[in-house]
Amino acid sequence: MSDRGCEKCEELLQEFLDRTLTNDEWALAESHLAGCDYCRRRYRFEETLRRYVKLSAVERMPPGLMAKLEELRGLGGIETA
Amino acid sequence: MQPPVTRYGSPVSEADSATEARRIAQEARDRARFEDEALALADQVYRVARRLVGSREEAEDLVQEAYARAFRSWRSYTPGTNMRAWLLRILTNLNVDRGRRIQRTPQTQPLEESDYYLANKVASAAGEDALDQDQVVERMSQDSIVKALADIQPQFRDVVVLVDIGDFTYADAAQILDIPIGTVMSRLHRGRRALKQKLAEETMA
Repeated sequence: MSDRGCEKCEELLQEFLDRTLTNDEWALAESHLAGCDYCRRRYRFEETLRRYVKLSAVERMPPGLMAKLEELRGLGGIETA
Repeated sequence: MQPPVTRYGSPVSEADSATEARRIAQEARDRARFEDEALALADQVYRVARRLVGSREEAEDLVQEAYARAFRSWRSYTPGTNMRAWLLRILTNLNVDRGRRIQRTPQTQPLEESDYYLANKVASAAGEDALDQDQVVERMSQDSIVKALADIQPQFRDVVVLVDIGDFTYADAAQILDIPIGTVMSRLHRGRRALKQKLAEETMA
């Protein structure tokens, strides 16, 4: 691995994980990842962290909240001429 | 401004009143459809709200206020656009307006640490092999993530929560928070770093 490659990957990593890279950037990041163990581990680590962040929010609505929201129906009224 | 229309002395014709009745019925249907669509998203809206604020009670209040405002201003929603983003925009505005967020003192540690901060710290504590993701992850508990998220500065947390938990695109998050897309990206980057830093502090404590 070259330092320069890792710098580039550093730059690309977040967007690589967010799936917002252009095709060219994606190819560049992928080819670098294939040859760089350090970046590959980082990538896996970041991916796992994101999964965990997502898992931290699986909590469902408290019981009763939906009923309270249902009661708010009609607040917008109807415009009469 | 138009002069007030008086209907006294000029009785509405039957055709007019039938048209008016149809319009009212149509509006009621549109409103009900809007409400159905919004309520179907309540679980997802709550999930994001829950991580934006500190407690379940606050999240519950915030979601109720957001729905009350959304239902009142349903006419300003453009059908066919992203309703979840529209609802979250109302919710995040309310959250800022009401000053609910706990303002933290600025980070004492600079955020310029490597993104690898947490992994490196775990590795140095347990030897090089511990860099393996499973072992890093073993040290992170659901609680530690929740706590770390609650501990980062609100403007960073908003973006991380919207993108990483709410699955919003950068563009949606920019619209919801009314900030440029470049700001979303930089806050996201800094927010994730801050999150890792907090996690490192917690899991290594």
